[in-house]
Parts: sequence; structure tokens; C-alpha cells
Amino acid sequence: MKKYTLTINNHKIQVEAEPDTPMLWVIRDYAGLKGTKFGCGMGLCGACTIHLNGQAVRSCQTPISSVQATSKITTIEGIASSVDHVVQQVWIEEQVPQCGYCQSGQIMSAVALLKANPNPSDEDIDSYMAGNICRCGTYVRIRKAIHTAAQELKSGKNKTVKSTR
Amino acid sequence: MSITQVHRRDFLRSISLSGTAFILGISSSKASEATEITNLSMPAERYNLSPYIVIEKSGKITLFNSKPEIGQGTYQSITALIAEELELSPDQYTIQQTGGEKQFGAAQFAGGSFSVRSSYFEMRKVGASAREMLLTAASKQWQVPVSDCFAAKGKIIHKPTGNSFTYGELVEKASTLEVPQNPTLKEAKDFKLLGKSIKRQDIPLKVAGKAVFGIDAHLPNMVYASIAHCPVFGATLKEVDKTETLKVAGVEQVMEVERVFGVYKSTGVAVIATNYWAALKGRKALKINWDYQHKDSFNSHEYTKTLHELAKNEGVQDASIGNFDEAYNSTSNKLEAFYETPFVSHSPMEAMNCTAHWTENNRLEIWTSTQVPSDVMRDIPIHFGLKTEDVTLHTAFSGGGFGRRLAIDFIIEAVNLTKVLKKPVKMIWTREDDTQLGPFRPPTFSALKGAISAEGKLVAFQHKVISPTIMAFLNPKNDKTQLDATMTEGISHQQYEIPNLKNLFVYADIHIPMFWWRSVTSSTLAFSHECFIDELAHAAGKDPMAFRLAMLTKDSDTKRLLHKLKEVSKWDSPLPKGKGRGVAQWEFFAGLGGHVVEVTKLSTNSVKIDKVYAVIDLGTVVNPDTVKAQVEGAVIMGITAAIKNGITFAEGKAEQSNFHDNPVLRINEVPQIEVHILAEGGKTIKGVGEPGLPPVAPALANAIFSATGIRVRKMPFDIDKLV
Ligand code: FES
Ligand code: FES
Repeated sequence: MKKYTLTINNHKIQVEAEPDTPMLWVIRDYAGLKGTKFGCGMGLCGACTIHLNGQAVRSCQTPISSVQATSKITTIEGIASSVDHVVQQVWIEEQVPQCGYCQSGQIMSAVALLKANPNPSDEDIDSYMAGNICRCGTYVRIRKAIHTAAQELKSGKNKTVKSTR
Repeated sequence: MSITQVHRRDFLRSISLSGTAFILGISSSKASEATEITNLSMPAERYNLSPYIVIEKSGKITLFNSKPEIGQGTYQSITALIAEELELSPDQYTIQQTGGEKQFGAAQFAGGSFSVRSSYFEMRKVGASAREMLLTAASKQWQVPVSDCFAAKGKIIHKPTGNSFTYGELVEKASTLEVPQNPTLKEAKDFKLLGKSIKRQDIPLKVAGKAVFGIDAHLPNMVYASIAHCPVFGATLKEVDKTETLKVAGVEQVMEVERVFGVYKSTGVAVIATNYWAALKGRKALKINWDYQHKDSFNSHEYTKTLHELAKNEGVQDASIGNFDEAYNSTSNKLEAFYETPFVSHSPMEAMNCTAHWTENNRLEIWTSTQVPSDVMRDIPIHFGLKTEDVTLHTAFSGGGFGRRLAIDFIIEAVNLTKVLKKPVKMIWTREDDTQLGPFRPPTFSALKGAISAEGKLVAFQHKVISPTIMAFLNPKNDKTQLDATMTEGISHQQYEIPNLKNLFVYADIHIPMFWWRSVTSSTLAFSHECFIDELAHAAGKDPMAFRLAMLTKDSDTKRLLHKLKEVSKWDSPLPKGKGRGVAQWEFFAGLGGHVVEVTKLSTNSVKIDKVYAVIDLGTVVNPDTVKAQVEGAVIMGITAAIKNGITFAEGKAEQSNFHDNPVLRINEVPQIEVHILAEGGKTIKGVGEPGLPPVAPALANAIFSATGIRVRKMPFDIDKLV
């Protein structure tokens, strides 16, 4: 076991773990943040998506040893910027989730997409979001919600929009 | 982080003993008879009854949902049935999920597209009784006629004066009143919640990562478990070398554990560790010697041959009309076809898992995602020799179910572990376990025959199903020589008026565990049946829609549905060259749905799916937006089953293991989906969760034929490489 310091959702935490432990289990079981989900453990489904320094990564493929103490880790519980907020609101507006299990990952990916590309086309959405599986089949609504969120952000419904990470 | 869920029993005891709540529920002993609504605030009867409404003096209102939320929206729709009659808006009450408690009866399950339609009148009556009692309480308090009072937004209002009481203020008085057994239900025109697209109360939790699923249970001193199961079905455990496993940091123990699913039993090897990653690593380090019991010779290829061979048997009769043999033999325009479908996995996003704690004083507490709280509370105490009152179940949100969580095999595994360990254990299946260990949807093969008269009418039709059966796993006394009607589901219940019909079933033996999968056998039989109807239409030289409608001269829901489909899909307007469309419908235990699928031909043997027009017939709709979501999801799941790998076997094992080789549809593969709901009102209410699925594969295959001339008779089919 090794000692690690992590910055998750702006909180510093100390963790003792094996170096190869995926961040997925560190976040869920050491940090106690259960919003990040296990779906496949192989980087195939996106349920475990988090932000590492603003980039969407699959936490099941990210060993704790690869994360710096200064790296900013953000999970679904920690998203707080205006983009995040708009995405979550639109997700409610469009009633996207069914079982909801994949949705933390979908939202983390959607937020990262909108930060990188504030005006995504259907093709942009399809290619960026193709890594996130939804077995309940909420895809039609995800696509619509991302477009709506992009519009709301653009129309300045949310004046404080800025790229924070 | 821990789950601070108040146990329902304790919650009710504490608030009702203090005399500060008004509790209204249903007598569960009468579950099968007419609903009797009871005032549970009266102490003597309190604990044998199901309290659906709890109104506290403080004004807090709790409504109970006895149908597990697995994504289908019962959290909102079931409680809305009560809230509508009780005149509450969605933000005025808290929802509690029941956990299989005796007092809530045997119907605490989510399956068969049954939840809303089975609760529709019952739950409304509970709400209406409460409303009438609160009205009476207020009128007594004010000493005014009840007719001068009305309920709105959690208050009773006195019309002439505008005075009002909140429900909380009426708790004391209301809880002493007789319960009206036949309360007046609201008229549909006055509905504020029912029939409206009300936002679901679970969704804000789900977008914030705050919804608690079974896998999120967390208890102090909890250990984690991963279980190595033999991938060869029917194998037994010979020996385990755990030396390397015990060297893995965090691993505490290795133990044998039994899995029980109906008549299917197997022994696996569990690794117990302080964290899940260590359990997984420890599991990889195990050296296990299995005795395959010669089951490693089983493979899909041979099994397919067996089913083909069995098709030669006459089989047992499912239904007969007229004289099929005579009509068939005396007609010259005849068609025969053979259709095949694969095993498939359920693959809900939340893999099977269960957290359980067997305490030193033999009490058992379970946290899990299940579709069947009532079954868990019936079967677990029996299986483990415990008293029901010593078992507590916490039903969490389910990360999908699709039928998989109607089984409790994984719950038994976790309880087996904690029974020995006497500490809380969280057992999680990997995605590989979930993909490979079943129970799977059964493959059904179909041998079909049809004869067309000189006038182009279908005069003789036969659908013979050749398949293994689910019942053989669930019922040890299952008689294999008899018809298993669950395997011929729907084939004799379509509305087509066919003068001569004989449907048959041939049993096929198998040892691979199988189970219900969303829309059950209809998910495969609709494919063969409705594709063959299409073949017959073409053989008769008729348009497939017109051919179907010509067989529906009498009024029926199916006829209405097809007319609606025809209209919304603009069936009669010609499509541009290179495009094709197909239609299919299916009526079965869960309800009635139909689709038109449009495809574009990309090359001689590939297509792209452009659009799905879906119509679902409901009679009465509780939440249109939820219905749409369910149909969208069913369409997507149906396309996955049609065009993506199923499960195949080689050397006794499933060949697929995770989403790379057992893929599900991704966002870039999803066509446009347009959903229409038929809700003419009235008393018949049909199901929502499943009917959108069966017509998908046949409508798609029929569209492929119309675009390319290629007739697909085997699922799955690769739309990039059609054969
Ligand atoms: S759990 Fe990480 S991608 Fe599936
Ligand atoms: S909402 Fe259930 S898996 Fe996406």
C-alpha cells in the first residue's frame, strides 16, 4: 500500500491504496463519492467518466499512481461551473434519464464536449458521446439535451459562462 | 458515506405511536379481492396493513411506491395515482420505496409491464378515500356541510369563506374517522397529474449523482467480494489453489459459495477483501480446477443443428382453427420458412450486486437493486431458515432490470457469504460475469407455413416454435411433454382473421440457465411471425400494410393501431429510390405496439436505419412523456437485439464477455424515433415497458427486404453485411 494525496472536487484527501487501483474504486470506496459508476471496467462504457484537469477520462482506466496530488479531479458531485449547471438543468428539462445509472458519465462527457465545442453538430455529439453506453436507450434525448444546452449557453441565459477548467 | 434509510417499519411505528400521523392503506390480506381501504391510524390493525399514505402533523406527507424503480418511472407514476386523488402537487410529498414488507403484499415487483395498470384504480381509491376523510374532518371542524369544502394543493378549503386547513392540521381528526370504501374517483377531465407529462421526482437525483443504487450501499466494516464462477455451465468445483490470492494485499479470505437459480445450482470461489480491487486481483490469482462434467462439448453450432432436427417433430398443439392440414395441402401457392434467434444477455448497466449483513444475533439485512422485493422477502427467509421478521430488505434504484433482476441468484450468493463471515459484505459481479453467466433469453426457432388462395388471401397458417423453455429451470416438476405456453407467447393471439391455423410447440432440452428478458418470448417470436406475414404478403402480390389490414375486418385495437401507423408513417406516399420501409405489430400479455421502420440502401447488401415510427396502444396513459421514453428505449434495445451479437457458446462457455464483443447500440447508431400514443380512455389499460420492443426486429427486417430484396430470417443480422 502507498499513500496518496488527491484533490477531488477541490477537497484534498489522503488515501492509502495499491498503485494500480483504478480511480473508479478510489473515488467510490475511499472518497465515498458514489455518483461515479462501474459499468464495464474496461473503458468501454463511460459510466465511470470523471474530469481530470478538465478532460473527460474513464476512471476505471486511470490508476491512482498516474494522478498527481495537484491534478484536479472532478466527479458528478463536484461539477459546479455554469456549463455543468446548464447541462444538469437541461437534463431535467428533457427528462433524459431512465434508470439513471449511466447518466453521471453521460453528463460528465456532455460537459466536457460543450466546454471544448460550444456549438456541436449532431455528428460532433455522436462521435464524442459514442463512448458512453446507455442500455435504457436515452440517446435521442441526450442528443437533444446537448443541443438545447448549447443554445442556452450561447443565448446567454447564463451570463457567467466561462471556461473554468 | 452511509445509507441512512429509515426502515419503513420503524418509521411507521415511531410516527404512528406518537399519535401524530394519519395513515391510510390497503388491507393486504385482501390483495386478491376487492380493495379494502383501511385507516391504519387505529392501533390494533396497524401492522398488518399496507400504509400508502402517511400524513404527519408537521405537514409532511409520505407516499409509498411498491413497484421498484428500474428506469420505467414508477417512482413518479405510481405515487401520482395517489397524489392525483389526494390533490397534491408533485413537490408536496416525499416518496418511499417499499422493501418487500409483508404488509405491502405479494405484488411488490416490477415485471410484465404490469405496475401502472395493476395499480391504476387501487392507488387512486386510496388517495380518494384520504381526500374524503380530510374533507369530512374539515367540515366537522368548521361545522359546515362537506359540499361547501374542496381539496386543492394539500389543503381543504371552505368555499364560502375561503378558510383553509392544511392536511397536517387535520391529521388528528381524520385519523379517527371511518374509511369510505367507495370514494368518488375524479373525472379524467379534472386530472392535474394523470395523463400529463409530469416531471419525474427521481430525475433530479439521477443528474446529480445522488440516486442510491444497490451498488452504492456502504456500511462500516464492510468487506468486498468477487466470485469466480465456472464459465462452463454444469461444471463442478474440484479444487482451488489460493496461495497466490492470499498474497494479494487486501485479500482476507477465499471461500466456496453456492449460486442457486431455480433448479440450476453451481459452486463458485469467492475472494473476500478489504477493497473491491483487491478482491478482483485476488480472483485473477486463483488457480481453480473445475470438473466440466462433459459439458465443455456444448456449442451453439451443434445446438442449432439440434433445433433444426427437432423441427421435424410434429410437436404439441398451441392452438387450432379450422383445418390447417386440409387447407394447406389443397392450396398451390404455398410458402415455408425457417427463422432463428440467438441467446441474448440482459446487460443492464448496473451489473448484478448485493450487499448483505448477517449479524451475530441472526438478523439479516440486504441492500440491493431488485425487481422483486416481495419474492426476496418470501424466498430468502425460506432458503436460509430465517423468520421473515428477522430479514430486512432495502430496495434501491435499479440500474436497469429488463427481467434480469426478477431473479435472486446473486442475492443468495451475497447472503451465503455474509452468513459465514457475519459481517457486511458487498458482492459485485464484473461485466464479464454479467455477460457470461446468464440466465439468458432463450433462443427460439420457428418453422412457418402459409398458403395463399387464388384471390391473394391467407387461408392456412402455421407457426411451429422449437425451443428450450424457461419453465424447465424454474419448476423442477415441469412436464416437458406438455405445451409450455410461455414459449409460444402471442403466436395464437394476433388479431389476423385466418380461417385455418395450427400452431405447435416442440420442446428442446438444454442445461444453460435461461430467463425472462424484456418482452420475453415475444421479443423473438414477433420476428419470425411478422416477417413471415410479410413474406406471405409479397407472395400474394400485396402491399404488406394492405395485406394485414385485409385480415382485420372486425374492429380491434390492432386494426386501430395499424391505421394509426399507416397515417403517421405516410405509408402510402412513395419513398425515394433506394429507400425501403417495413411494418410489424405485436399483441401479447404486456400490451400492443407496432412500428414502421425506414431504411436507406447503402449497397447491394447494406442499409442504414433512418427512422422508426412507433405506435403504442394503451387505453389510458398516466405519463405520456414516460411512455415515450419507454418506447424510445424499447426501440433501441430491439435494434440492439436485431443487429448486434447475441450470446454464442463454444466449449460450454459463452464466447462474449464485455461490451466490445457483446455490443449494445451507441448514440451514433441511433435512428430518429417518433412515438405516438393511442389512449382512447376507458377501463382497459395496457402495459408500457415492453410492447415497444417485439415489432422492432421484424419491421426492420421487412424494411430491409423492401429496400434490398434480401430476406433476413436469422437474428442477429449485420446491416452492414446482409446475407
Ligand atoms: S466502467 Fe469505465 S468505461 Fe465502463
Ligand atoms: S439511463 Fe439506464 S443505462 Fe442509461
